[in-house]
Amino acid sequence: MGDWRTITVPVLSSDSQNTFLYTSERKTSPTSMSSQVLRLSLPSSKNMHSFFSAFCTEENIEQSISYIDRELTTLGFPSIYAESKGKELNLVSMVNCMNELLVLQHKNLRAQEEIEIQHLKLGSDMDHLQNCYAKLKEQLELSKREIVGLQEKDRQLQSKNRNLHQLLKNEKDEVQKLQNIISSRATQYNHDMKRKEREYNKLKERLHQLVMNKKDKKLAMEVLNYVGRADGKRGAWRTDKTEARNEEEMYKILLSDYEQRQKQLLLENTELKKVLQQMKKDIISLLPPQKQKPKERPEDGLVLSDQEEDIGELNKENMWELSCETVREQLTNSIRKQWRMLKNHVEKLDNQVSRGHSGALNEKDVISREDHELETEKLELEIQQCKEMIRTQQQLLQQQLTCDDDTTLLLQDCYLLEERERLQEEWRLFREQKKNFEKERKSFTEAAIRLGLERKAFEEDRGAWLKHQFLSMTADCKSEKMTTPSAFLRSSDPDIRLMRSTSRQRRPPSVLSPTVSPEPCQISQYITQNSVASEKPAADNKPNLWVESDDKEETEECTKSWEDSGLGTLCRNLHMEQLP
Amino acid sequence: MNFSELFKLSGLLGRFSPDGKCLASCVQHRLLVRDASSLQILHLYTCVDQIQYLEWSSDSLFILCAMYKRGIVQVWSLEQPDWHCKIDEGSAGLVASCWSPDGRHILNTTEFHLRITVWSLCTKSVSYIKYPKACQQGVAFTKDGRYMAVAERRDCKDFISIFVCRSWQLLRHFDTETQDLFGIEWAPNGCVLAVWDTCLEYKVLLYSLDGRLLSSYRAYEWPLGIKSIAWSPSSQFLAIGSFDEKVRILNHVTWKKITELEHAATIASKQTIVYKEVEKSPTVGTERLSFPPTRELASSLFSTQSKYDISQVPVSLQYIKPVADRANPKVGVGMLAFSADNCFLATKNDNIPNAVWIWDIRKLKLAVVLEQLCSIQCFQWDPCQPRLAVCTGSSRVYLWSPAGCVVVQVPGEGVFQIISLSWHSSGDSMLLLSKDNFCVCYLEREE
Repeated sequence: MGDWRTITVPVLSSDSQNTFLYTSERKTSPTSMSSQVLRLSLPSSKNMHSFFSAFCTEENIEQSISYIDRELTTLGFPSIYAESKGKELNLVSMVNCMNELLVLQHKNLRAQEEIEIQHLKLGSDMDHLQNCYAKLKEQLELSKREIVGLQEKDRQLQSKNRNLHQLLKNEKDEVQKLQNIISSRATQYNHDMKRKEREYNKLKERLHQLVMNKKDKKLAMEVLNYVGRADGKRGAWRTDKTEARNEEEMYKILLSDYEQRQKQLLLENTELKKVLQQMKKDIISLLPPQKQKPKERPEDGLVLSDQEEDIGELNKENMWELSCETVREQLTNSIRKQWRMLKNHVEKLDNQVSRGHSGALNEKDVISREDHELETEKLELEIQQCKEMIRTQQQLLQQQLTCDDDTTLLLQDCYLLEERERLQEEWRLFREQKKNFEKERKSFTEAAIRLGLERKAFEEDRGAWLKHQFLSMTADCKSEKMTTPSAFLRSSDPDIRLMRSTSRQRRPPSVLSPTVSPEPCQISQYITQNSVASEKPAADNKPNLWVESDDKEETEECTKSWEDSGLGTLCRNLHMEQLP
Repeated sequence: MNFSELFKLSGLLGRFSPDGKCLASCVQHRLLVRDASSLQILHLYTCVDQIQYLEWSSDSLFILCAMYKRGIVQVWSLEQPDWHCKIDEGSAGLVASCWSPDGRHILNTTEFHLRITVWSLCTKSVSYIKYPKACQQGVAFTKDGRYMAVAERRDCKDFISIFVCRSWQLLRHFDTETQDLFGIEWAPNGCVLAVWDTCLEYKVLLYSLDGRLLSSYRAYEWPLGIKSIAWSPSSQFLAIGSFDEKVRILNHVTWKKITELEHAATIASKQTIVYKEVEKSPTVGTERLSFPPTRELASSLFSTQSKYDISQVPVSLQYIKPVADRANPKVGVGMLAFSADNCFLATKNDNIPNAVWIWDIRKLKLAVVLEQLCSIQCFQWDPCQPRLAVCTGSSRVYLWSPAGCVVVQVPGEGVFQIISLSWHSSGDSMLLLSKDNFCVCYLEREE
């Protein structure tokens, strides 16, 4: 509002009003303030007009001028009075002042506009920020609430957890209690059991005594007569001797059992040793010789050579038989070392592979492929030879069989039958071919008829057309009368010439094959070409000459194409086929 | 495969003689001895009461018939049919009777396990063994018949006495580290005695013939323990079936566990073949139907037939949830047996009662599972080759060998529910026992 009031330039007030209106309208937030501004602004401008008109009158013009001059000078403008004359107005300076004032006014207006816009921007920014602020505030509130909720939940969970802990503790206590009860019960039970058992034993004893002392009459064995022992021996007295013998026997049995077991183990051991030996040998043979004495590992090589020497000294088999500890240790050590070497070797190989020595690999591959190819070639050759052999054998067999009287007839019959079958097969094929050919022939004749008809029609047309042409030519240019007949060379009538040419063209194929059947094809060819050719003279000025040369070429071409394409052979086939 | 007709039987008492020549069977108080191949009755003996137990002597010359109710044992001779022997235990009572391995002594266990009386048929002598332990398997003889081990209980402690059978002299007497000994079993080579504790505790003790403790094995502590035990015929392995549905196999060198065979209800391994018995309805051609239907046809119509199908793994077997709060719950491996060639082990898990598990001992893997329609009653290996016979209380016999398995319907009318079977010592025939009948199944020998 304050800003608005500072606009005191009355000349452009309406303009500024407009701009203000415009801006105020543009303001998206139609606050009540802006509308107030509008309402206030309008009457104020009217007031200014009245004020403006009231400022300078006829009476106070001098004063007003002096007032303006004073104002202008204070503002830094040159005086509007001429210096020399005192009260006389300097019109030039006044205009200059005016102009400057106007410029200033414009500048101010622009600045004001900018400021307005900035103000608006800032206002909208402010609004936005306020919105943001409100939102954030809401969010904050929400989060605060959430936090409170979560805290509450956490508290609840914690209390729950505490409860559960308590419960667990209680349960644990319970379990402990129960375990104690169980164990006490178990001991009680065991104790009771023992007591009961003792009682039971006592009772048993008592019963036994009773049963035994009763002189049980019933307790007896009735037997007709005693039978001999199964082994036929008599029962022996029980003495220390028998006891000793029993012991002896028992130990014998145990010993034999152990011996047997030992034998089994020995057998197993020897087997395993054999396997071990074999493995060792294999490992030694597997390890390439340069790997056994690597310079970076002299120890292994040394040990190995030592081992080998040892083995040599001990005379291998003996060494294996000796299963005393030292040898065993040696053996296991050497095996272990070799195994380690093998492992290293394998690892190295693995590394090599992983590193991808593709060159070497490829080379190997190529060699193998070559080998493979060679091998396959060889095998193929062998197969061929074998086939040959089989064939000759068959032949020989046949010959041999033909010598045999009884079988020859049968065999001959067989062969004849086979032959007949073969012939029949061929005959069948032949017939099929024949049928096909006949079908083709039929289609050809049909085409020929059709083409003949077409040709007739066409020739009639052509004749008519040529006649017409001729007539028009003779009618149009009489001066050329002398030259045109000479152009026709041998024929006076184009129709006659054409007929001749066609008959000529008809000759070469007829020489090639006397049959009628291929003719239509040839003719059609000719006709199509001829029709193309015959249309040419219509465009050219010297039609007849062209026709002549074209015809010649075409006949040649025709025969050529006739021979080139399979039709020649086809017609020959047809010819052959027609013979039977 | 041929079948004899059905013969009467009582108390599942039918036995081939050890030499394989005869077949003894009981009908009430009568003992019939038949020729094992022709089934002609050779002898007929009459006992004083209904026979409750029957046993051949090792030389197949005598038969023992026990009548526990009366406390009487009667012995019959095959060589002299008029020879007789009657042993009366008197007021002490009788709960068990058996032959000694020499076939000339009879061991009678009196009621309340007061004592074991050893009666000799050669001399008048009678010996007593006091304080025998009342347990499932308290007496065990070595395979060669030289030694006998007896479990005893004195002063609330378990002991084992080893006797020399020839003279009944005590060879060794030692206490065992068991809470409550449950069973003893000699290894087939007669040098190692396996002793196991009651099911409350998992404990196996292995004693040498001379009483030394070779090893003890304990798989776990608290849950119910051992249910069954079996030695391999080579004495190499000891298989222990327990309530945790597993079989553990110990080796004979270190007596450590080699492997654990689990009996899971689902079989997922591709290497296992699962044979499932499936019912097939009998197909009767309409032209064969006549009115009134013949009896044979009627019976064939009403008796369902079955065959084996190979199930695609994974297979889930019928599983019975055991009742946990009952004593002796139906859970765990209750039956196990090695084949004669040591290569296979057949087991039955009691809470999967319809399946027989056959393990390949060479690979220590499950080879085959036979899933039957009814629960397994009994299975036994052919004594000569790896061939297992199974019965399920139906009138069908199931045979498995590595080549495959077959279902064989026992022909004949009426119900014949096979609940037990035993092989002839040659492996050529089989005795099939039902509650009231028996028949002999002759198998063709594979050439």
